[in-house]
Amino acid sequence: MSLDYENDSAFHEELITQVLSQYPNKAAKRRQKHLSVATGGEEVGEEGQISECDVKSNIKSIPGVMTIRGCAYAGSKGVVWGPVKDMVHVSHGPVGCGQYSWSQRRNYYVGTTGIDTFVTMQFTSDFQEKDIVFGGDGKLEKIIDEIEELFPLSKGITVQSECPIGLIGDDIEAVSRKKAKELEKTIVPVRCEGFRGVSQSLGHHIANDAIRDWVFGKDEVEFETGAYDVNVVGDYNIGGDAWASRILLEEIGLRVVGNWSGDATLAEMERAPKAKLNLIHCYRSMNYICRHMEEKYGIPWMEYNFFGPSQIEASLRNIAKHFGPTIEERAERVIAKYQPLVDAVVDKYWPRLQGKRVMLYVGGLRPRHVITAYEDLGMQIVGTGYEFGHNDDYQRTGHYAKKGTLIYDDATSYELDKFIERIRPDLVGSGIKEKYPVQKMGIPFRQMHSWDYSGPYHGYDGFAIFARDMDLAINNPVWDLYDAPWKKTTVPAERLAAE
Amino acid sequence: MPQSAEKILDHAPLFREPEYRQMLAEKKLNFECPHAEQIVTEQGEHTKTWEYREKNLAREALVVNPAKACQPLGAVFAAAGFERTMSFVHGSQGCVAYYRSHLSRHFKEPSSAVSSSMTEDAAVFGGLKNMVDGLANTYALYDPKMIAVSTTCMAEVIGDDLHGFIENARTEGSVPPEFDVPFAHTPAFVGSHVDGYDSMVKGILEHFWKGKERTKAAGTINIIPGFDGFCVGNNRELKRLLNLMGVSYTFIQDASDQFDTPSDGEFRMYDGGTKIKDVRAALNAEATLSLQHYNTRKTLEYCREFEQATASFHYPLGVKATDEFLMKVSEVSGKEIPETIRLERGRLIDAMADSQSWLHGKKYAIYGDPDFVYAVARFVMETGGEPIHCLATNGTPAWEAEMKELLAASPFGKDAQVWAGKDLWAMRSLLFTEPVDLLIGNSYGKYLERDTGTPLVRLMFPIFDRHHHHRFPLMGYQGGLRVLTTILDKIFDKLDRESMQLGVTDYSYDLTR
Repeated sequence: MSLDYENDSAFHEELITQVLSQYPNKAAKRRQKHLSVATGGEEVGEEGQISECDVKSNIKSIPGVMTIRGCAYAGSKGVVWGPVKDMVHVSHGPVGCGQYSWSQRRNYYVGTTGIDTFVTMQFTSDFQEKDIVFGGDGKLEKIIDEIEELFPLSKGITVQSECPIGLIGDDIEAVSRKKAKELEKTIVPVRCEGFRGVSQSLGHHIANDAIRDWVFGKDEVEFETGAYDVNVVGDYNIGGDAWASRILLEEIGLRVVGNWSGDATLAEMERAPKAKLNLIHCYRSMNYICRHMEEKYGIPWMEYNFFGPSQIEASLRNIAKHFGPTIEERAERVIAKYQPLVDAVVDKYWPRLQGKRVMLYVGGLRPRHVITAYEDLGMQIVGTGYEFGHNDDYQRTGHYAKKGTLIYDDATSYELDKFIERIRPDLVGSGIKEKYPVQKMGIPFRQMHSWDYSGPYHGYDGFAIFARDMDLAINNPVWDLYDAPWKKTTVPAERLAAE
Repeated sequence: MPQSAEKILDHAPLFREPEYRQMLAEKKLNFECPHAEQIVTEQGEHTKTWEYREKNLAREALVVNPAKACQPLGAVFAAAGFERTMSFVHGSQGCVAYYRSHLSRHFKEPSSAVSSSMTEDAAVFGGLKNMVDGLANTYALYDPKMIAVSTTCMAEVIGDDLHGFIENARTEGSVPPEFDVPFAHTPAFVGSHVDGYDSMVKGILEHFWKGKERTKAAGTINIIPGFDGFCVGNNRELKRLLNLMGVSYTFIQDASDQFDTPSDGEFRMYDGGTKIKDVRAALNAEATLSLQHYNTRKTLEYCREFEQATASFHYPLGVKATDEFLMKVSEVSGKEIPETIRLERGRLIDAMADSQSWLHGKKYAIYGDPDFVYAVARFVMETGGEPIHCLATNGTPAWEAEMKELLAASPFGKDAQVWAGKDLWAMRSLLFTEPVDLLIGNSYGKYLERDTGTPLVRLMFPIFDRHHHHRFPLMGYQGGLRVLTTILDKIFDKLDRESMQLGVTDYSYDLTR
């Protein structure tokens, strides 16, 4: 169901020139490398060629420009480790980091919170001045003891380092090793201090490495394996995404033995090396551990995309192919089973959404993965970009983005606001910090990190919700009420000019 | 198949469908290696006991579900209350993303702030370059009238010299020579957001007042609101009262417009706030009044250095607290409290009298920032309610002493306990062992409501899961009405819920209450 359209390259080039002209020279030179216009995908897929979305990425943000990026701690505690439900994740350092990230990522899970699961809680060592001066290792030991006393059913502990830890020279590895031995529990020190790296991204990598170093390869894990065992990697179960995915994978006959890391338990992570295949959704945040498992345990990995029916269909077929005819046949049955739902959803929403233009600015996999989901509903992507993508993300984006699409890496608030103001798309998909400025302009918005408190968006069940949500955002009557009737306004004129 | 195009189910109903319930049950059984159900139940029951409470309250190192944030959040909030002011937080960039998100989630509004984006090399060599380039970029891109610099813990641990760095940046032309760049050190490992607020406001006053001569303008008053998630409603309500009195006043720090911009097609990065010329002129005021004592200790001390009269309040909410505030304003300004305000007061008293039977003897647990807890405990006692647990994670020994004095002065405070420095996991134990009728706090309290069944009244920052409450005042007599109504609604809703079972409890499902 690939949609055929092209964006206005010349206009987008002009926008880039305009925003760059506002920066001091030094900053303009640096920002220039992060902005481009997609050249279109005829030659897509050839090895070694320059990407169609060629921008510099994964380099330091410029100071003072209002980057939307977070930090390594956010990548580790907020993304990779935080959702592991039966472990206690201690935000080690001052109180703020844990407070601001507390319960904000909507990693759904089932459990008795505070007793056997701990995701929506904020454990912190609440560093005081004396801990900075004298070091926090002693406090950490005590914290681990107190967790053991008050939360005895926790299966393990992770120590999520905040900025000061690495600066004051604490040895959290030694503390973790000592206490793990003493308590016979998994204790994982994670060096995800916020100043490391240039964004959340290094935090993902560090968190992946911590799994490799502190979870894998310990005692022999007993587990009866099967021929169709898979791990789902890089699905954080936001609003239940992983559940809406799991149901499909089980339906085609696979056994999901571990889900990383939404709704995950430590046991699921420990036994991961026993699976037959790793299915990776968020490539950016968890490709590292997949590569490790491939090298060390010979487990192949495969990317897939469960946003929107075209990609779900293609992914199911691709996954099934790996396992042979039995699974392939079941996959076809599953695709056929859901086709009436897909048709009904598309029939209902296509007329309401067709031709609507969307700008995206998100993280992880979504700047490319959700593009086809919009196109499945007749919508068009005019601009997209990654908060913390790498070169391999932009290469992969070429397969999705149409010619003329505006591409922005680590966009600043200034750039985004200007792009949005001039392009005036029908919908913007980005995060909480971007939501309200965009809505003030009278442009519909959906948070595409948290699904705006809705979801799931993965799988067939999720696609229906996705379609509903995009419709309710765009077609709400409030957007027509912005202008006081007694005041002549410029908004419609601008809108006309942009078209 | 649970999903259909006609009736689309999102997460709340979807995962209650049988297909998903079965899938999740099997996941648990086959893959999660859970503890036996009985063990989980037993541990759950154990956490409700006095024995667990004692261990829980004896914690010395671990903090679980604290009700406080870190200093720079307060600084960013403070800076948002000044005319065209951009917050510039020196240190790691992730922090700023967090402050902005946190404020936006509460106010449902844009929140702008920049970071100097320090990384590993800056940790080694210091963040001077980040400051120099950063200020130049902020100035060029965001057209501020003032840039207010605060710090994350990273910059504090490595000991960056803010003043020196800013002067360096000025010399290098990052901002024009006369451009205003006040600053405050706001280490996250000292105090909480209320102290960050204090430091930033003081930093701004120092920037404009230092070395200046004060010419007293008799009868004029400065008001410093403190960190207040209800600033939108509160500041506007207080201004209305002060205007009714005809007082000459200046709000020092006023984020009420910044966090309540209209939707009319234009994104205003800056709106409202205390004008810079007014900050300068505020030096001459006769007195500076703080609405929240624990948010302004350093700032008021600084005001006193200029021989200004000062007075501080604990979030003037409820009858006597509002009386005292207005009388103080009247005393300093020489303006009478007009009859219209007396009538307003009478209407609040009227409402309290009408509802007193529903409020008398109700037991409360109250948590939040120190001044807020003080205010709510006091008002609750005015309605005949009994505060049982008063908790402030960022409460100091001085606050504890003040609370105890307040509670001791009323027969309704005789069973109250004050918990300074404790967190919401401690509150959980308190609520299980010594239950109350109502819990007053913020959105984080919803987990306590779930676990202990104590109805939660959301009256303090942050409120993420209810919309627009902050647009209405809590302070003043009008605010008192709002608080009163909110509490009553909670009580009536609970009573209705408990008495609505058809043919079983609905004899009490009264039409008139």
